[in-house]
Amino acid sequence: MSRARGDEEEYWHSSKFRAFTFDDEDDELSQLKESKRAVNSLRDIVDDDDDDLERVSWSGEPVGSISWSIKETSSSSTSSLEGRDSSLQKGSSSYAAFPKQVSSYSLSSLFKGRNKLPSFQSLSDALSDTGVKNYAPELRRPKAEYKDYSSDWSPKDTVRRMQRGKICSLERFRSLQDKLVLLDEAVAGHDGNVITAVLIFLKRTLRREILFRELEVRQVALCHLIHFLKETGEQKLLLDLLRFLDRTEEVALSQYREHLNIQDVEKRREFLKGCIGLPFSAEDTSHIQDHYTLLERQIIIEANDRHLESAGQSEIFRKYPRKASILNMPLVTTLFYSCFYHYTEAEGTFSSPTNLKKTFKIPDKQYVLTALAARAKLRAWDDVDALFTTKNWLGYTKKKAPIGFHRVVEILQRNNAPVQVLQEYVRLVEDVETRLNLATKYKCHDVVIETYRDLKDRIQLTAYKCKVERGSADEEKINSILNNMQIRWKN
Amino acid sequence: MAFAGRRDAPEAPDFGILKRLARDQLIYLLEQLPGKKDLFIEADLMSPLDRIANVSILKQHEVDKLYKVESRPAPSSSDQFCFLVRPRIRTMRYIADIVNADKMSGRSRKYKIIFSPQKFYACEMVLEEEGVFGDVTCDEWSFYLLPLDEDIISMELPEFFRDYFLEGDHRWINSIARALQLLNSLYGPFGKVYGIGRCAKMSYELWRDLEEESEGDSQGRKPEIGNIFLMDRDTDYVTALCSQVVYEGLVDDTFRIKCGSVDFGPDVTSSDKSIKVLLNAQDKVFSQIRNEHFSSVFGFLSQKSRNLQAQYDRRRGMDIKQMKNFVSQELKGLKQEHRLLSLHIGACESIMKKKTKQDFQEMIKAEHSLLEGFDIRESTSFIEEHIDRQVSPTESLRLMCLLSLTENGLVPKDYRSLKTQYLQSYGPEHLLTFHNLKRMGLLTEQSAGETLTAVESKVSKLVTDRAAGKITDAFNSLARKSNFRAISKKLGLIPRVDGEYDLKMPRDMAYVFSGAYVPLSCKIIEQVLERRGWLGLEEVVRLLNGNEFSVSDSAVEDNPAWESQRVVLAVFLGGCTFSEMAALRFLGRERGCKFIFLTTAITNSARMMEATIEAKA
Repeated sequence: MSRARGDEEEYWHSSKFRAFTFDDEDDELSQLKESKRAVNSLRDIVDDDDDDLERVSWSGEPVGSISWSIKETSSSSTSSLEGRDSSLQKGSSSYAAFPKQVSSYSLSSLFKGRNKLPSFQSLSDALSDTGVKNYAPELRRPKAEYKDYSSDWSPKDTVRRMQRGKICSLERFRSLQDKLVLLDEAVAGHDGNVITAVLIFLKRTLRREILFRELEVRQVALCHLIHFLKETGEQKLLLDLLRFLDRTEEVALSQYREHLNIQDVEKRREFLKGCIGLPFSAEDTSHIQDHYTLLERQIIIEANDRHLESAGQSEIFRKYPRKASILNMPLVTTLFYSCFYHYTEAEGTFSSPTNLKKTFKIPDKQYVLTALAARAKLRAWDDVDALFTTKNWLGYTKKKAPIGFHRVVEILQRNNAPVQVLQEYVRLVEDVETRLNLATKYKCHDVVIETYRDLKDRIQLTAYKCKVERGSADEEKINSILNNMQIRWKN
Repeated sequence: MAFAGRRDAPEAPDFGILKRLARDQLIYLLEQLPGKKDLFIEADLMSPLDRIANVSILKQHEVDKLYKVESRPAPSSSDQFCFLVRPRIRTMRYIADIVNADKMSGRSRKYKIIFSPQKFYACEMVLEEEGVFGDVTCDEWSFYLLPLDEDIISMELPEFFRDYFLEGDHRWINSIARALQLLNSLYGPFGKVYGIGRCAKMSYELWRDLEEESEGDSQGRKPEIGNIFLMDRDTDYVTALCSQVVYEGLVDDTFRIKCGSVDFGPDVTSSDKSIKVLLNAQDKVFSQIRNEHFSSVFGFLSQKSRNLQAQYDRRRGMDIKQMKNFVSQELKGLKQEHRLLSLHIGACESIMKKKTKQDFQEMIKAEHSLLEGFDIRESTSFIEEHIDRQVSPTESLRLMCLLSLTENGLVPKDYRSLKTQYLQSYGPEHLLTFHNLKRMGLLTEQSAGETLTAVESKVSKLVTDRAAGKITDAFNSLARKSNFRAISKKLGLIPRVDGEYDLKMPRDMAYVFSGAYVPLSCKIIEQVLERRGWLGLEEVVRLLNGNEFSVSDSAVEDNPAWESQRVVLAVFLGGCTFSEMAALRFLGRERGCKFIFLTTAITNSARMMEATIEAKA
């Protein structure tokens, strides 16, 4: 269902979504500001302690501060709760002091059955004998249960007992047949905890090839074993299993995953080098190769720059000390870094932006966005200019960008570019409405005036007069346009 | 449940009892280890624990010091250690290390592990392997259900999503079945059970199995909840991946609501400190705006602040007696309201600021195009630019997944190029993320055969490149068996509206996405409840990969006069978003029924995406 362009535009303009926008110029926000003022003006009347809020709790119970209390223990683990409690009541945290509250009934009353509390009625109903088991932990297990160890439960009953958390010996399932019936029962019972328990038993009592072979046709159980091996960190067995199943891509990914646990960069680099030969898809192999190359580069750049920075010779590092190391950062961050600190370097050096662009085949769009952000941050407007200037064969210059100029404007604006710089790019925004919006928002008067002139919109242009300064060149410009008899106004 | 006439929705049952049960069981377990003890708590159990107990309760039961379970063991002189943990292998190793270190140094202590919500055999195996099996005692704290609000119950198991949908591990199904069993015994019996999804089906079966032998006598008891609907998250990934625009959803997307409360930072509080605020029906301001589209919130807040101003102004003409009354009776309430109002206004401001900075408008536009299925090229380049500019990694992933889900996979050329750029922008190790997303079916590549039919390739040879591109696009959308598109058409998920959609007076559930899209998950629930089953939805079910069920318990008395007939427990396996809750609350108001939400965890697009990323061990 692909609609024609015209349709879409009409759609968006007549759209039902227009009712609300997240533009900051919106009426809604001013409404909000007004409410805020109103509320704030009341502050003097009502301001005192901060307690009310934190005490609110929908059941009316005070909410204690266990989390807070724990944070405190970890910082000074010697003091005990007594001290804690008193400081709590002074209200030193954002929590208010809470009244001591003793639980309204005790557990023993729960087990007696009927309770006088009216709201408890339905529970006591539910608690008639068997129900109790659900709420009371099975702490005092009758001695008899331990005897079940040797009883002859059927596979189904065994699974059912295990689902209910009862101890059950699996040792008597010795034939392969019995083991598999047990496993199938566990899967049929849907309880993953029991499935894993049976698998642990099978893993212990079966040769791995046999276990693997049987799991190949039991996908649910297989998932459980794989997850279990991941969690317990039995990497070698996991890889054997995946290899047995011919899941080569998972073998590769699972090995690659280990790099996350290697802290030392040199070791990590070595490890990644080894990953290149793993059986990834062709596409992923190149990603892994890039990962390795990137870290290799970062190690070189980091060593150089740390040296430069500490020597204090380089102006850029003195002016803008590095906030963090570049190691293990994504490629785009590395590119930003190199556009920031190494922009003018020749392509031959590892840290130069052009070198990075070439090595990693960074698309133009991505490169320009990143370079723009970096140079704008340094307020290097000339570099920004050069980034978009192209010369044709006659030597005329023209501004071109692989991204929309509205994006360029946005990035420049975020870096507090002066109006003169901003204006130049606002003018290049193709869509008239967007251009007008941006120009108005960032007070690029020239652009606004010229756009209204081109639209032959006298009413808007006249209205804009009040937005420019009295007696300024802008006002003069508006007046001269309005007085121009050559223009055939549309209104 | 017939949707006849408009009646007021029934009240939600009181879920406070669930908290009391959990608290009392915990106390009972602590009492099993008499004497002073240090308590080690798993990080992600702390917030849930905070909601049901507090330090003084723990102290009353002789808990001395509190520690967080983390990698470095704490030096402590206590003779008894108690560990309150989730059943995880790595936590077991942490505990075993502590025990073994004590053994080495000849220190003797008592150790108790309390697993919540249940113990896993694999954990015991680790304890056995580490040689500490007999040294520790194990217990289970059946804390399955945490009521977060009047109508929200969470299992607080965010890992369910990854464990089940990525790893294919069924370990939590037992916990879900037990949670259902508990709810059924307290608020049931549920007369009608509907569901869709493999996990929903398995959970249902295991729950029935547990019920059978518990033979609890539910005959003749008047239920508080009559219907239950179970749904797997993978039935509808699209909705969970959309940007949220109802207030509660936006607050969650922007600040992350954790266990029913949110930390508002200095930018919201306009002071130098953060404030932790509980967000629920008790908050009089929040409860009125939580379900509203963000655009309606401003109007409401300004009206509210004017009212407040007027209330304060009444003071002026008062004599002493009236003033005394005012101070003793109204002032506290007004102050409370004032505080809440200024917080929510601050939150709105902060949201506006952040969203404006992020091109939210453009992003919503791209999302809506994806949902409606036109202008795919433009949306693809929007996503590309998003990646190139290194805007948040989860946002970029989310958009790619939306593109893939709505288009039934990416064209191979786009897939390669977006993947390459993603790895360049956010790090090569995301190769693993892409693999995970592929496995879950969240981000896939169309296989070569699917994209070009013979006719197409012939046609494209005949025309110029530019035109060929367009034609291919047109052919693709026809040739592709895009399930989302087909489902969307069948169920009418994209409302055809003339003129503006009035977000202040919503006409359907689409308002939660600015009138552009009715959440699929909620639409399914609506349709099934209306039809009292799946009859007539066969085609939709087929497109959703089946696994639907609908069961009436004949043993349960079916009394249409009971309010419980109009109470529906909506169970989301793998997470529920605040937008979905808002949509169903709207449906409930329209149809006079009450929805209660039970979810493995509250989710949103960022949490879902983060769950697919590989972290170091």
